[in-house]
Amino acid sequence: MITDTSTFNAVSSGEFEHPDTIENQAFGFWIYIMSDLVLFATIFATYAVLGHNYAGGPTGKDLFHLPYTFGETMLLLFSSATYGLSMLAMNQNRKDLVLRWLFATFLLGLGFLAMEINEFHHMILDGNGPERSAFLSAFFTLVGTHGSHVAFGLIWMSVMMGQIIAKGLSAPVQSRLIRLSIFWHFLDVVWVGVFTIVYLMGVM
Amino acid sequence: MFGKLGLSAIPYHDPIVMGAVGGSILLAVVILALITYYRKWTILWKEWLTSVDHKRIGIMYIILALVMMLRGLSDAVMIRSQQALAAGMSHGFLPPDHFNQVFSAHGTIMIIFVAMPFMVGLMNIVIPLQIGARDVAFPFLNSVSLWLTTAAALLVMVSLGVGEFSKAGWSGYAPLTELKYSPGTGVDYWIWAFQIAGVGSLMTSINFLVTILKMRAPGMTLMRMPIFVWTVLCTAVLMVLSFPVLTVALAMLTLDRYLGMHFFTNSLGGNMMMYANLFWIWGHPEVYIVVLPAFGIFSEVVATFSGKPLFGYTSMVFATIAIMVLSFSVWLHHFFTMGASPNVNIFFGITTMIIAVPTGVKVFNWLFTMYRGRIRFTTPMFWTLGFIMTFTIGGMTGVLLASPPADYVLHNSLFLIAHFHTMLITGSLFGYLAGYAYWFPKAIGFTLNEKWGKRTFWSWLIGFCLAFIPLYVLGLMGMPRRMVHYDNLAWQPYLIIAAGGLAVILIGVLCQTIQLVVSIKERHTARDLTGDPWDGRTLEWTMASPPAVYNFATTPEVHGIDAFTDMKEKGIAHQKPDRYHDIHMPKNTASGFVNGILSFIFGFAMVWYIWWLAAISALGMLVAVIIRSADDDTEYTVPAAEVERIENLHYRELATAAAMSRPTGD
Repeated sequence: MITDTSTFNAVSSGEFEHPDTIENQAFGFWIYIMSDLVLFATIFATYAVLGHNYAGGPTGKDLFHLPYTFGETMLLLFSSATYGLSMLAMNQNRKDLVLRWLFATFLLGLGFLAMEINEFHHMILDGNGPERSAFLSAFFTLVGTHGSHVAFGLIWMSVMMGQIIAKGLSAPVQSRLIRLSIFWHFLDVVWVGVFTIVYLMGVM
Repeated sequence: MFGKLGLSAIPYHDPIVMGAVGGSILLAVVILALITYYRKWTILWKEWLTSVDHKRIGIMYIILALVMMLRGLSDAVMIRSQQALAAGMSHGFLPPDHFNQVFSAHGTIMIIFVAMPFMVGLMNIVIPLQIGARDVAFPFLNSVSLWLTTAAALLVMVSLGVGEFSKAGWSGYAPLTELKYSPGTGVDYWIWAFQIAGVGSLMTSINFLVTILKMRAPGMTLMRMPIFVWTVLCTAVLMVLSFPVLTVALAMLTLDRYLGMHFFTNSLGGNMMMYANLFWIWGHPEVYIVVLPAFGIFSEVVATFSGKPLFGYTSMVFATIAIMVLSFSVWLHHFFTMGASPNVNIFFGITTMIIAVPTGVKVFNWLFTMYRGRIRFTTPMFWTLGFIMTFTIGGMTGVLLASPPADYVLHNSLFLIAHFHTMLITGSLFGYLAGYAYWFPKAIGFTLNEKWGKRTFWSWLIGFCLAFIPLYVLGLMGMPRRMVHYDNLAWQPYLIIAAGGLAVILIGVLCQTIQLVVSIKERHTARDLTGDPWDGRTLEWTMASPPAVYNFATTPEVHGIDAFTDMKEKGIAHQKPDRYHDIHMPKNTASGFVNGILSFIFGFAMVWYIWWLAAISALGMLVAVIIRSADDDTEYTVPAAEVERIENLHYRELATAAAMSRPTGD
């Protein structure tokens, strides 16, 4: 009657979350990531259409400072590496190490976000805000959408650090950490696209 | 303090609007008073508003859809009566300002708050039962989706009495929807209602993708899934891929309006056609999102009431998949007149025509299923037959519109209106009404009155033909859509006939209401004791009606396409298991409901520029989600003894039913 593909076979009592629930959550999260990818793809497409509509305003060449953005990129890429180390520590069940690497990831992500906000701040102060031209509207929206994802990731990460301290590396906490990991690496991949298409191609 | 909101926002000088507001408020007060009088608040809160049970959530979705349908229909009444009157010297009873809000609200409500919730409601009730699952994959997320949709619907309702609704049509084309041309709050209501409902729909689609792909009973391979499950799977794929595009299009319009950006403006480099493209990249798949599950319902109904397996199951599956894929390659046919090159238009014209092929396959499959079947002419079957005939007409007019030269003439005319109402009313709504009659006994526990059901059907079918066939003619006579007044008196007779058609449809709505009242009165004689009132073929008919909270006491095993028919033929249906196990079920939670309320407040605050309130409600949602995420104790156990008790009740009912003859259906 019951095979291993069954979703709710004879459940060992006392366990609050079935292993297949965790698997379903990861699968559902992948589908969400896919839909988020469509979201970014749509904004990229809009950027491709509007990216040269400067309306007499500044171009990417005038605005972007590649070494600065490269620094930003390094912060984000290294934060992915530190998150990976945190996951390795999770697999070895070393709670303190997980926390330490998560905190490092958090600081790197925060640094990335601070640099981005600083960049935006200067552009707006110079009169090159998103209302200046369609190009700048698309630029601020694309980079800003990525940035707000990072900000959300940071909030999530701080919640997870709290949960690890309060609950330890329980099965649901681990499941959430795995999903945050998918999210964080995904943002990295998107940033590579942003860096290439917006910044590199913008100054070329 | 209150942003743009002031007393002047309430249109107290407009008797029609205030009448509608008064009516809505009165109705709400009556309902609340009745709940208080019968002391149902506790049960409402504990068993319904906080429920994560997919069957209850499904029922609430359908109630939402039916309520909003009344609102959408009253908008239709105003459009039809205005156009029947406002010819030549007469200007009707609606000023242009109000008329524009009425047709915008009509479209928005019928697509987003009737078709979608009706579909999602049926999905919710049926899918887990058909695949042998205890619930959907993420019951809590399901509750959040429901309340987000409800909050968005409430936002549209509030726009009636506080401020105004969009005057820019349901598709909200830029630059008309930009702040410069629509400075009022109407477009903002439209944006936030759409956006909040869209997020709810996206979550629903993720939920059902995981449910269908991961939670099927053992033995139910993909090619053994009931056809309704297949169509919902394809719809969920379409939703996951298309709703983010809508989110982005609306977000960009929001940024244009709120932060002065230039995505779709006609100055400083904006491109308004970008909006039309993005909107229809979502909007065209959306048509298939609401129509595919209806195709699934028709397939289930045809097979059941013909007493035969569905003809061409495999071709039906591939036709559904083909429609799913093609639906992303046709969006430009909504604006052939944009001025793209002939080659571009031809590409989209041909892809549009190709969709007629898989759809034709489906029509023939339904016909061949009935061929030599022992057909029982029940209400769901009536809806199906009515659909096949009218839908074929709608399909042919669609192929006509797919030809760019013809479209240049017919674009924005009433011919188009007649076409898509044929597709959406007979394609989707008839399907949902068939599903409503078909699965009502499963969800509620008794069958609906057949006599009033058939009266409903005939009123709808005749009313539909009277209301929309004249519009085809008017389109060919050159009448554009959305006219508040016209000088060509030759159009008027047709518009009067169309108004008469709507009156017949309203009789159908009345019949449906009477059907519900009569059926509730007769519920003791129409009780569905066996749980299988139609001699059904799929797993949802194996259990009691309404099903126990856990659906299946033991996980069923599937050996073929029509799993329950297979069991009945082998004589193993309703077999008592050796023993029962404890069952783990998700606990109810108020979190989904709270999130819905907060999202409503957020939407309202954004519409009226009340920034502090928007910030607080957004923060509230974040906190609610964090609190919920910290709760690991989200399940409870139904002990094996309790399961046995509930199941034995059903076995007793089965015995009673066997003692009597088969109750209904023949």
